[in-house]
Amino acid sequence: MNQTSSIIEIRNLRYAAHGHPIFEDLSIDFPSGRVSAVMGPSGTGKTTLLRLITGQARADAGTIRVAGSSLAELSRDELYVLRGRMGMLFQNGALLTDISVFENVAFPLREHTKLPERLIRQIVLTKLQAVGLRGAAELMPAELSGGMGRRVALARAIVMDPEILIYDEPFAGLDPISMGVILRLIRRLNDALGLTSIVVSHDVHEISSVADVVYLLSGGKVVAQGSPQELHSSKSEIVKQFVGGLADGPVPFHYPAPDYFGALLARDGDS
Amino acid sequence: MFADLWMGLVESLVRLGDIVRFLLRLIAQVPRALPRFQLIIDQVYNAGALSLVIIMLSGLFVGMVLGLQGFQLLQRFGSEEALGTAAAIGLVKELGPVVTALLFAGRAGTALASELGLMRATDQLAAMEMMAVDPIRRVVVPRFLGGVIAMPLLAAIFSLIGIYGAQLVGVQMMHVDSGSFWSQMRASVDLADINEGIVKSCVFGVACSLIAVYEGYYATPTAEGVGAATTRTVVTSAVVVLFLDYLLTAFFL
Repeated sequence: MNQTSSIIEIRNLRYAAHGHPIFEDLSIDFPSGRVSAVMGPSGTGKTTLLRLITGQARADAGTIRVAGSSLAELSRDELYVLRGRMGMLFQNGALLTDISVFENVAFPLREHTKLPERLIRQIVLTKLQAVGLRGAAELMPAELSGGMGRRVALARAIVMDPEILIYDEPFAGLDPISMGVILRLIRRLNDALGLTSIVVSHDVHEISSVADVVYLLSGGKVVAQGSPQELHSSKSEIVKQFVGGLADGPVPFHYPAPDYFGALLARDGDS
Repeated sequence: MFADLWMGLVESLVRLGDIVRFLLRLIAQVPRALPRFQLIIDQVYNAGALSLVIIMLSGLFVGMVLGLQGFQLLQRFGSEEALGTAAAIGLVKELGPVVTALLFAGRAGTALASELGLMRATDQLAAMEMMAVDPIRRVVVPRFLGGVIAMPLLAAIFSLIGIYGAQLVGVQMMHVDSGSFWSQMRASVDLADINEGIVKSCVFGVACSLIAVYEGYYATPTAEGVGAATTRTVVTSAVVVLFLDYLLTAFFL
């Protein structure tokens, strides 16, 4: 992967939230046209990384370049123009609950274009067909299951034909069938639409079947990167712990705490 | 003790500054939100039409109480005919705008705050930002304007129904002369009184709508956060309305 084929470049990123450092010195390149996965234990800042890439949060130091422009230098309006080239699938779908499935998918078109109603209808139905939910167009978001909601959100994310599609935990809380459907959609949309996909997840096996490149984050750094096969055959302790799902290892089972016996033997009021 | 008081004061001032900055941000977006007129109409319906029943019922009862109390008081001076004037002035200048604003904060303000808070909690606002749609322009400004437009209309309806309620008690039950009830009202309520009521209800409309959208938009995205934001909307609105009412009354004197 050389530099020229990267659509997102992160250099020496530093970011802290509520006084806790999340990223100290993070550098990642996301290659264009591929499915990249960002994995890591809960609390390593995977979702935060997405918020930084999309400009929802600002880095404390370092640069993030998306499609050639540095996020820190963009005005609000320029950021909005750039976001027009990105689609994002939120963890819970984030559908607008007061309008129907059809109107949810049509929402970006109505906001950004003056297309005639007939054309909007055609585009929306094509996108819903792509996620297999054309028949659900008239339902309200509350009537959808979790997996269906996420597929509708996916249709909405691709309705403006973005170049970059970002998935935040797309498999969380889904049954195996819905999970399989989403997996297939990630691959198919990436290849059919010529997108760059970034998937944040901790479902090792699901992601291994779909990603071209995997980045493993831990402690605010990239601790391993490569193809899923490379990761599976890695000798690194942290990679083995994560891929194998071991309870203890470099990522400790216990949250930092004072001495166990001392705490058990302490009387009320002692500490 | 004094340090706590001082900190409390400083915090309130910081919050006031935040709210004013938020208002300026809303106003800056108004020109871009106005062309989407249908969105504003929808919100006038939500804040206004849906509050009609509670406003009309309350107006009727307040007017009836005013009729009863006013009659009792005026009878002592043998001037029951002035009941129309008393009721109309009381309603148009004070009770109409103030009680409507308090009810508006409870009915429409809480609905606005919890709706926006839940949109924040369920990532709907973030999703809009990601679709390159400014939630301030698309969601907040129409709701704010809807409230600002609805509030004076509701206050006018409240006063109207209130006067009818006073008439119901005074003329129909207590047998005040109908002719003098209406003619005295018409002779002594002048445009300045009505203007005062209009100005007050407009100011209260801005205050209540602003507090509601501010609290909702910046609510902590959790169940407790949205609940707390809703409560703060009612409490802050009530205090601010009563305080502004004193200032405006003093100003119009």
